[in-house]
Amino acid sequence: MKKSTMLDLLVLVIRRDLVLAMRRRADVLATLIFFVMVVSLFPLGVGPELDMLRKMAAGVLWVAALLASMLSLGRLFSADYLDGTLEQMMLAPQSLSMLVLGKMTAHWMVSGLPLVLLAPVLGLQFDMSARALGVLIVGLLLGTPILSMVGAIGAALTLGLRGGGVLLSLLVLPLCIPVLIFGTGAVEAVSSGLSVASHLSLLGALLVLALVFTPWVTAQALRISME
Amino acid sequence: MLEVSNLACSRGEHRLFSGLSFNLHLGQIMQVQGVNGSGKTSLLRTLCGFLMPDEGDIVWRGESIRELDEDYYAEMLYLGHLNAIKDELSALENLRISAGLSGIKLEEKEAIAALRRMGLRGREKLPTKVLSQGQRRRVALARLLVSDAKLWILDEPLTALDVGAVALIQELIAEHLAQQGMVIFTTHQPLHVAGVEMRTLSLS
Repeated sequence: MKKSTMLDLLVLVIRRDLVLAMRRRADVLATLIFFVMVVSLFPLGVGPELDMLRKMAAGVLWVAALLASMLSLGRLFSADYLDGTLEQMMLAPQSLSMLVLGKMTAHWMVSGLPLVLLAPVLGLQFDMSARALGVLIVGLLLGTPILSMVGAIGAALTLGLRGGGVLLSLLVLPLCIPVLIFGTGAVEAVSSGLSVASHLSLLGALLVLALVFTPWVTAQALRISME
Repeated sequence: MLEVSNLACSRGEHRLFSGLSFNLHLGQIMQVQGVNGSGKTSLLRTLCGFLMPDEGDIVWRGESIRELDEDYYAEMLYLGHLNAIKDELSALENLRISAGLSGIKLEEKEAIAALRRMGLRGREKLPTKVLSQGQRRRVALARLLVSDAKLWILDEPLTALDVGAVALIQELIAEHLAQQGMVIFTTHQPLHVAGVEMRTLSLS
């Protein structure tokens, strides 16, 4: 029998969550379809004026991504909480923050990454330029992991509460506003001919900040929820 | 090894127990007794560090478990009411993942051997959702076979098990104690371990 290292444990958690997601595909697809539907409703509802669509494209895509990532957050810890796996995770001889980071990563790969890949296709409905689409993708790549990480704090705090889903959104959505502002700001900068670097660097800074602090905060919140 | 002194615990406003002290040494087994709601599970969960005691201290190898944290968790194994197994995963995957979480890399062969000893031959690769309640409990209990933890904390390990499985668990506990392990458990069913003195702790 060999002892495992911290990295082994991280890989184990990510692989486990990905396998589980593949075996419960309906949940993953629901998030994706929700994203596609919400984004597609806007051109239908607003009408085919290209100028207006181009202006609101980034905002619509980002808000839809934000809402879609809220959908799957409730399940981040609740299944593990109900079947006792979370107890075993807390008793792991490695730091709980590491396990939490693994779960956040898996959550992003399942519910954030597909949104990033779909966004350019949906952006075409809004007549976005190639350059704007490129910036949108980079912005989403930097921003969606933050949504998963900040969302995990909310998911941990509302664990085991009745009506936790609504509370979760109320807690997490305000915290995601900076991500939304910088993400859409970057795309708007392209159309007004300004530099996108500042917006994207701020998003990058937020990502690093989230990467450092959210796993630890989430782990503490989980310990409180388990009492 | 494990020293509990003057422990007090309450859930909500209700004081479950107070002034609880005991020691557990290598090779010893202790049963926690008490009626429903007397705080057996709360005591075991406090020993795991899930619950903060109101008063008192839990000391492992001379240090408080609060400070030891991960070093303590490397030496203990907790099996609660919940099996901690996923319906979507097979018995084999479940066992390898839960061993992985407790810090052990388990080869497929070792995992299959453990499941077979638990009487799950032929069920290793089935998703656990098609297994019966007792079989799922056996999957969870297979962790006892692959763990190298010194201290076992077992909360009602015998629920849903048949006579054969109960005998097997008694055998496993006897082996563990013979290897200088320690067990603290609760049960409402009779559990006899040959050749050792069973200590009891009554909560009232």
